[in-house]
Amino acid sequence: MINIIWLSMIVIAVGVAGIRCLGITISPLGIYFVPSFEPLSQLTNGVFEYSKFAVELAIGLVGLMALWLGIMKIAEKSGLITVIARGLRPVMVKLFPEIPPDDPAMGSIIMALSATMLGLGNASTPLGLKAFQDMQKLNKYKNIATDAQCTYMAMSTSSVTIIPATIIGIRAAAGSSNPTDIIAPVIIATVISTTVAVIMSKFLQRLPRYQVENFIKQDEENNNEKS
Amino acid sequence: MKNLKRKIILFIVLAILFASFFIFSFTEVMMAISVIAIPMIIVIIPIYGHAKGVKVYEVFTDGAKEGFQVALRIIPFLVAIFLAISAFRSSGAMDILTWIISPITNSIGMPGEVVPMALMRPLSGSGALGIMAELITTHGPDSFIGRLASIMMGSTETTFYILAVYFGSINVKQTRHALPAALTADLAGMIASVVVCHAIFG
Repeated sequence: MINIIWLSMIVIAVGVAGIRCLGITISPLGIYFVPSFEPLSQLTNGVFEYSKFAVELAIGLVGLMALWLGIMKIAEKSGLITVIARGLRPVMVKLFPEIPPDDPAMGSIIMALSATMLGLGNASTPLGLKAFQDMQKLNKYKNIATDAQCTYMAMSTSSVTIIPATIIGIRAAAGSSNPTDIIAPVIIATVISTTVAVIMSKFLQRLPRYQVENFIKQDEENNNEKS
Repeated sequence: MKNLKRKIILFIVLAILFASFFIFSFTEVMMAISVIAIPMIIVIIPIYGHAKGVKVYEVFTDGAKEGFQVALRIIPFLVAIFLAISAFRSSGAMDILTWIISPITNSIGMPGEVVPMALMRPLSGSGALGIMAELITTHGPDSFIGRLASIMMGSTETTFYILAVYFGSINVKQTRHALPAALTADLAGMIASVVVCHAIFG
C-alpha cells in the first residue's frame, strides 16, 4: 500500500507541476497560454530542500535518542520497567496479546505512550523507537510487521493527548483569552480516535489480505526473481 | 505486606493529585505535570537503578551508544517520505486536492479554511503547524476556525512520518495494516474534533 501511495504522490505532483507550466489562463477574451518553467523549478527546490531537512532532522535526533536510550537502559536493568508493566498488565495483555506479559517490550510501550500522552514530543519519538525495537525482537519474520507493531503504530498516531503543549503556546502567543480551553475537546477527540485505532487494527489484522502468510509468499517471490 | 505498601503509596499519590485539583484548575495541574515530568523521570530512574545496584553511569552510556545507529538508520526512510510530501506540496497538487475535497468537508460542518490543515496533518507536522498558526492569526485564536484548527492539530498525528521512522528503524518493509488502521484513526480524530468543537463552542 505504501508503495502505491508513495508512487502516486510523486506522479501526481510532477503531473500537476507540468500542467501548471503550460500556464493556461481563462479570461473573457478567451483561453491563452503563458508558459513558464516556474512550477517545475519550484518542485525541484522543494524536493531538494526537504531531503536536506530529512537528514538534519535525523541528526538532530541523535542526541535525544542517546539520552532516552540511556535512561531506558537504566530503567530496564534495574527492573523498573517490569514493575511499571506489571501494574498495567490487565490492559496491556488485552491490547498486545502476542507479547509475553513480562517482556521488556510491554514496559517500553507503556513509557512511550505515556510520553505521547503528556505531550513530551522530544521524548516520545525516541521512546517509541525503543518500543518498536523491543517488539521487533519478538518478530519471527523480520521484514513483516507484527500485529503488536501495527496496533502500537495506530495507537501512537492517534494517541490520547492530555497536554497539547505546542498548540497551547501558539494560542497564548496569538492572544487567546483562554488558550487552554481546547484541552477538554482534545482529550475527548483523542479518546475517540484511539478507540477507533484499536478497533480498526484488531479488525484489520483478521482480514485475509493482511495475514502474515501472504507477505511471506510475496517476499519469497521477490527473492526468487532476484536470484 | 509488599502489596499493602504499594497500595499506600498509590493512595498518597492519588490523594495529592485530588487535593491539587481543589486548589488549582485542571489545566494548571496538567501543565505543571508536563513541566515536571521530564526532570522527575531523569532523576527517579537513575536513583531507582542505583538502589537496585545498577552501575548507572556505565549502563547509561551503554544504552546511549545505540542512539546514533537508530538515527542513521531512519535517514533513507525520512528522505523517501519527504520526497513524496515535498513534491506533492510544492507542485500545487495539495491545493487542487483541497479544492476537490472541500464540498464533502463542508457537509460535515468543517469550514473550508481548515481543509488544507487537515490534509497536511498526516504528512507534515511542521507544515500543519504552520497552517494552524496562520489560521489562528487570521481568524483569531478564540474564533470557531481558530479553535477547530487547534483541536484538530492536538488530536491527530503525522502518521506518514511516524510510519516511516518507526518501521524504518527496524527495517520492516511490509507494514501490513498499520497504515490503513492509522489513517482511519486520523480520520476519526478529525471528524471527532469537528463534532466536539460544534458541541462545545457552537
